[in-house]
Amino acid sequence: MDWNLLITQLMNGLQLGLLLFLLASGLTLIFGIMDFINLSHGSFYMIGAYFCGTVTAITGSFFIGVVFGLIGVFAVGALVEYFIARKLYRNDHLDHVLVTFGLILIFDTLVHLFWGASGMAIPLPDMLNGQIHLGSLVLPTYRVLIIAGGLVVAGVLYFLVTKTRLGMLIRAGASNRTMVEALGVDINRLFLIVFALGAAMAGFAGMLIAPITEASIGMGNDIIIIAFVVVIVGGIGSVKGAFYAALLLGLLDTLSRSYLDLLLKLVMPSNYAETAAPAISAMLVYILMAAVLAFRPQGLFPPAGAK
Amino acid sequence: MHWLPENISTRIYLLVLLVLAPAPFIFEWINELFYLDLLSRALILGIAAMSLNLILGFGGMVSLGHAAYIGIGAYCVGIPAYYDYYDGWLHIALALSVSGVFALITGAISLRTKGVYFIMITMAFSQMVYFTFLSLEEYGADDGLVIYARSEFPEWLSMESSIGLYYWIFGLLLLVLFFTHKLVHSRFGRVIVGSKFNEQRMQALGFDTYRYRLVCYVISAMICSLAGVLLGNFTSFISPDMIGWARSGELIFMVIIGGVGTLFGPLIGTIVFVVLEEFLSAITVYWHLIFGVMLVALVLFGKGGIHGWLSLLDRKGESRD
Repeated sequence: MDWNLLITQLMNGLQLGLLLFLLASGLTLIFGIMDFINLSHGSFYMIGAYFCGTVTAITGSFFIGVVFGLIGVFAVGALVEYFIARKLYRNDHLDHVLVTFGLILIFDTLVHLFWGASGMAIPLPDMLNGQIHLGSLVLPTYRVLIIAGGLVVAGVLYFLVTKTRLGMLIRAGASNRTMVEALGVDINRLFLIVFALGAAMAGFAGMLIAPITEASIGMGNDIIIIAFVVVIVGGIGSVKGAFYAALLLGLLDTLSRSYLDLLLKLVMPSNYAETAAPAISAMLVYILMAAVLAFRPQGLFPPAGAK
Repeated sequence: MHWLPENISTRIYLLVLLVLAPAPFIFEWINELFYLDLLSRALILGIAAMSLNLILGFGGMVSLGHAAYIGIGAYCVGIPAYYDYYDGWLHIALALSVSGVFALITGAISLRTKGVYFIMITMAFSQMVYFTFLSLEEYGADDGLVIYARSEFPEWLSMESSIGLYYWIFGLLLLVLFFTHKLVHSRFGRVIVGSKFNEQRMQALGFDTYRYRLVCYVISAMICSLAGVLLGNFTSFISPDMIGWARSGELIFMVIIGGVGTLFGPLIGTIVFVVLEEFLSAITVYWHLIFGVMLVALVLFGKGGIHGWLSLLDRKGESRD
């Protein structure tokens, strides 16, 4: 077995998992606390990439791009919450699906309008473009950075949610929103912050991936569906659940794409295995979600005391 | 004129049907067959939207995966045609049975869940269908599959010509309208609508709401697969793209524009959607923006869709379907 390949695939899985976590953590909080289904969360991912790319192109610095991108996406998230989402929290989920589906169309077209139909490449600074040598292993620096960046954000979020007053309110809101309201917390402000913070994290994920894949229209629309799977598998409203589920799904998806055909060849003729493997590995995350929904609908790690 | 329906909205809908009936000849007469294509597509999607409305509008089951059944129907034409089996009855029988069995299995699992979870699990199953067709190299995978000839039927039922196909679509549309009307006003339909509003009460009355819903879900899927059969014949090109979750979102959009949970609403909504899509996309490449704004405005301000607005014309106290 090729161990270098395995390690590369593990890193790819970890990278996908952490990107999914950045998307899913905001999604799960918005879902859990406001009971709001935000299909357009993937748009923040795309907008983050474009903001970052534009500022990077102007200033020549990827880091300044990331900082301004984060501020920009936070602002866009706050605007969407204030003018649209806020009015819909008490409506049924069908309305959420429709409005956020409309928002996807709006954001995709706005990006098309301002940045054109072709994608936007984001150049990396030289210091991130190299490789790290560990013995016989060669790891691309930037991929290591993505993983490190994802882990740092996960750590900060963990601190925020478990150790701060804001985090306490967030956890309380995810468990029992009505009680939090009854205790006199300014729920509108809490919602605004959670929504914008979620948007910023999704945007951060977009900025991290864009130098590899380049920013493109609709880039968030596929990954957001997998982020929803993460939210459901992890348990709605649970950041911890989102973390474990994101890593699980990221690794499962990446590893099954490279190794499932080998496994299947053990039990069936190799030409069948080669046809079936890509289909099954693409479906694996959905099969997992369907199984979780059927047998443990509250998710694998539901927030403490959730209804 | 006591033989006319009392509601002005219903009269308008019947008028629309009367206009649709001779439409191909009018378009042929003015030599604008492009509009016949447009209308055919609108009515096919209208059938799909009506089938979705059966579970979404009347039953309160929000499925974000209904496009899967359009895809199943279309591939039930495409795959046999690939092996030179063009018998139309075979295509229809295959579509009804495959979609029925798939809906029975996935519905039995999905209907154990409620609300958001139902939305997500239906989406998950449709993604599985999507990836299945995406991986079938033999049938074109993501390049799609060209259907070289339409389904074959006896001479008088032939869908070879555009007009023949149009009357297939129109006839099926009338059947589905009639069937939906009968179904909703039957005992079965009342249980479905009742369990949308208060499931516990229906259960207390002794109805096994799960079973009723499952049957409703399967019926809806089978009707939708017929729309898929027609769409496959109409476009003569099918691809997994017909199944993606955004397609299912558009179907919901069509139902909502017209008026959710009403008999004619989804049909009217689909016609408006397809016509707007066609004309806006001819005017500007940024037409999705207008669509998006419309969608947001519709939910924030326009309760009840087109049917809701037309119902305002009805005399007070009579605002029922």
